[in-house]
Amino acid sequence: MIGDYTFGEFTSILAMQGFAGLSLFSVFVLMALGLAIIFGQMGVINMAHGEFMILGAYVTYLCSHLATEYVPVLFPVYFFAAMTLAFCASFGLGVLVEWGLIRHLYRRPLDTLLATWGLSLILQQVYRSVFGAREVGVTLPDWMMGSVALTDMIEIPINGLFVMGLTVLIAFAVYLMMARSTFGKQVRAVLQNRVMAGAVGIDTKRVDRMTFGLGCGIAGIAGSAFTMIGSTGPTAGQLYIVDTFLVVVFGGAGSLIGTIASAFTISQAQSAMEFFMSGSMAKVLTLLTVVGILMLRPQGLFTLNIRR
Amino acid sequence: MKDEPSKRLMPVTRRTLLAGIAAMPFLTTGVAPVMAADYPTAAVNATGLAVTDDTVKVGILHSVTGTMAISETGSVQAEKLAIEQINAMGGVLGRKIEFIQEDGASDWPTFAEKAKKLLVQDKTAAVFGCWTSASRKAVLPVFEQYNGMLYYPTFYEGLEESPNVIYTGQEATQQILAGIDWVVKEKGAKSFYLLGSDYIWPRTSNKIARKHIEKLGLEVVGEEYYPLGHTQFNSVINKIKLKKPDVIYAIVVGGSNVAFYKQLKAAGIDLSKEKPLLLTISVTEDEILGIGGENMAGAYAMMKYFQSLENDNNKQFVAEFKKMWGDNIVIGDVTQAAYLGPWLWKAAVEKAGSFDIDKVKAASPGIELTTAPEGYVKIHENHHLWSKARVGHAQLDGQYKVVYETTDLMEPNPFPEGYQ
Amino acid sequence: MTSETFLFKQREWVALAILAALILLVLPATVDIFRLNLVGKYLTYAFVALGLVLCWGLGGILSLGQGIFFGLGGYCMAMFLKLEASTPEATKIQSTPGIPDFMDWNQVTELPFWWQPFHSFGFTLIAIVAVPTAFAYVIGAAMFKRRVGGVYFAIITQAVAAILTILIIGQQGYTGGVNGITDLRTLLGWDIRTDDAKFVLYFVNAVLLIGCLVLAQFVRVSKFGRLLVAMRDREDRVRFSGYDVSNFKIFVFCLAAAFSAVGGAMFTLQVGFMSPSFVGIVPSIEMVIFCAVGGRLSLFGAVYGALLVNFAKTSFSESFPELWLFAMGGLFIAVVMAFPFGLAGVIREHVEPALLKFTRSVALLRPGAAAAPSSSK
Repeated sequence: MIGDYTFGEFTSILAMQGFAGLSLFSVFVLMALGLAIIFGQMGVINMAHGEFMILGAYVTYLCSHLATEYVPVLFPVYFFAAMTLAFCASFGLGVLVEWGLIRHLYRRPLDTLLATWGLSLILQQVYRSVFGAREVGVTLPDWMMGSVALTDMIEIPINGLFVMGLTVLIAFAVYLMMARSTFGKQVRAVLQNRVMAGAVGIDTKRVDRMTFGLGCGIAGIAGSAFTMIGSTGPTAGQLYIVDTFLVVVFGGAGSLIGTIASAFTISQAQSAMEFFMSGSMAKVLTLLTVVGILMLRPQGLFTLNIRR
Repeated sequence: MKDEPSKRLMPVTRRTLLAGIAAMPFLTTGVAPVMAADYPTAAVNATGLAVTDDTVKVGILHSVTGTMAISETGSVQAEKLAIEQINAMGGVLGRKIEFIQEDGASDWPTFAEKAKKLLVQDKTAAVFGCWTSASRKAVLPVFEQYNGMLYYPTFYEGLEESPNVIYTGQEATQQILAGIDWVVKEKGAKSFYLLGSDYIWPRTSNKIARKHIEKLGLEVVGEEYYPLGHTQFNSVINKIKLKKPDVIYAIVVGGSNVAFYKQLKAAGIDLSKEKPLLLTISVTEDEILGIGGENMAGAYAMMKYFQSLENDNNKQFVAEFKKMWGDNIVIGDVTQAAYLGPWLWKAAVEKAGSFDIDKVKAASPGIELTTAPEGYVKIHENHHLWSKARVGHAQLDGQYKVVYETTDLMEPNPFPEGYQ
Repeated sequence: MTSETFLFKQREWVALAILAALILLVLPATVDIFRLNLVGKYLTYAFVALGLVLCWGLGGILSLGQGIFFGLGGYCMAMFLKLEASTPEATKIQSTPGIPDFMDWNQVTELPFWWQPFHSFGFTLIAIVAVPTAFAYVIGAAMFKRRVGGVYFAIITQAVAAILTILIIGQQGYTGGVNGITDLRTLLGWDIRTDDAKFVLYFVNAVLLIGCLVLAQFVRVSKFGRLLVAMRDREDRVRFSGYDVSNFKIFVFCLAAAFSAVGGAMFTLQVGFMSPSFVGIVPSIEMVIFCAVGGRLSLFGAVYGALLVNFAKTSFSESFPELWLFAMGGLFIAVVMAFPFGLAGVIREHVEPALLKFTRSVALLRPGAAAAPSSSK
């Protein structure tokens, strides 16, 4: 394959494909972080995760509309407000869902899968009824459009950089919260031994609710970021759910580092393969490899030893 | 069971009826109203269709749920508008059209099931519907077996010619050839990068485009397909940057479109600079709503109809459409083609003097429509339409400006020699 | 107590008789051929639901990829029918006559070697069961031998379903792509599109279904079935008792796959085409809901669940297309939250005791009737 290109071109390809992989990586990480918290820490399979993400996207869409209509001055920075609101909306819905649905099902993980699938169908139809079946686009402020040309060949899209920066920020924040904060310690305590955690005075129910809400909230931010590069439609969430679950499982459930590492591996592998074969085949091969590795190493890349 | 068709039939209210009449003076003037009494039911309906002394039932079969609902909504709206207008003019052979709407739910077997219901249970005299090739392929055997009439609105890949289907959209050669000739001649394009979603329509259309480009002695520097719903196009954009084609020829469909054009713009490919120029056959005004005019501006599309067409038929049509469905609505190529369906059927029934499927089939070739928003159209022997090909230039407001149209009607050729 | 009889308990014989009467006599006698064909289609999903009762209800293995096997069975059948429909005379308009039309459209000029054996009906019949079962064996062996189960298994089967769908769509020159394999006409020269043929196929389908149900029941009441339940509830103890748990799991997963495949083949015959939309994630999860609604522990429930949910889907989407997804989503949640054992659970817990009470009170009124029918828990 190298034969067709000069050496200079080939390095550019590598750089650009690497960057393409990185932007896929950001999407995966943003989606998977929330899921990793919910699935990895709580053992709940949230099939409606994609719909929480789309909620964030729709909130961003609404904000972009409101900003252009009423406060055009603030338009260049509306995105930050939108992102906060997206987090709040998804967090709120998440807490509500945990209260109404999930908390009754903690002993039956497979059933959470079915119930949240039902929830995802309902949410999809809600979006369709409220926002219409058409896909909606978000208008981006000018400073987010365009690209930085590094060399003649290599151009880096600004919104891609923005999403990447956001990903690093959020990943770091989640890490801090889980590893350092009191809340994080409580979450891990509940995960490792629920009864004992309760006995030492941790409100395990509240921790569950907050954890679920947090996971959903991060999905909301993911959706908000996602509007910059993709589309927002009622069923867009479904496209990502299987990929995201694979990322989480491949990384080793319960390990945030694992999730990030697996998102990186899968996205880079897919983007590298996409250059040399058709998009469909690249996807099939990536998924097959992941499933194959999981069959050999079912616990995933990284594991925590947890007493259940 | 739950068979209460009357509940699902939509009566034409008096208000809309009057509005329809008032809005269409050019359609009604000089036409003597056809009275049902002139055509006794027994004579116009020898095959047991759902035709009474004053009504005739037809079917509308599109997806209103599922992923395809986005695209098919416009067609449903256009078909309902046409039916309402026809009713306001006195109906077909003096009979009011009542429609039964079924939901294909973006699911091909459901389409087949509902098509069968419309033909076997409801005995509809014609069905306006389907959108994707897959849904058409699924219902085709049903229409052939139970001898029904399908008016299919979408531009499609060709390679098909059924006596039971009238294809009101373009087949691939009608849509592609003129446009490619135009970019080669006007824009001096020498190299092309073909790109599409991974299914039969983009693949067949690209095959025809490639043959044509190679016949012209020009070069195809890449050809690439992505799964439906794919949203990461950075790799292909990188390849495009590397190969530096004059033209990106893109047939990306559905939600992927939005991601593709956004990422194209973000990667620094400004379509309005035309370096490379982007030519598409899959983005109508409908899709631009999702993509956003600012991301699409500068691209060229090959269609037969654009909302901005300057002619009286079209102005009338756009006004009517907006009146019925709201001011914010846009009308794409397929929506217009769907609008033609009921009118072409009406003309064929009146020419045959009967609703019987076989007579309508026989009467269809040669049917002309001078009131079509796209201009004059005519049904070919092969059940496709003679129509013009046009090239539109996408504007910031999400509309296309027509920059080129063929002088003559293009002949439909679903099995093009030398392109297979 | 006369409840222990051959294969079925007394009340199950009654249930079997009712079910057989319903699908073999009542439905064919009362609904027209169009609706009967629909019922036939619903019943093909019941095969999948039966497999899920064994696999999920008894064995505790939730597979979210039953669509894979349904699809593979259906595709095997469709390949045979498509080859029969693609005679050189019927396809003379193509540039390469004698191959399926979609191959010709995709510039495939020769029938691929793995299509060749599907000229033979005997081979096809074997392949319909063998191919999906073998595939299930590979997945099952890889996963269960490494003690992967539960949630992980569900997600991986889902991923496999996704992979297969993308593969089928991507390789459209060989598989028909998104459109699937359409326009199937005859089976060994017998036109399957006529009403008479649909009628016959309905009965073939119904009899096969009852056959599968009896087979499933046989598995259930056998020692193997008891081991499955034991394994679901306390896997470790079964393993410590010296049983190789993974082999049981592989077997039941393969059996469920084989049932699904038969359903898929019958689907192709009755509906007249096969497409990737039955292979993917969404149909696979829907199939789980058929089983869950009927009752994940009840074989009869599985059949009724498939019938009811599909019937509701058809009628709902005819009358209120917008509301359908709400209803479907609500159904999922309601079944999980309120009725974990589905219809069968409701009947067992509420309807049967009421009936029993009623018959007892009748029996008390008539002193002669001493042996009241007993419900066995």
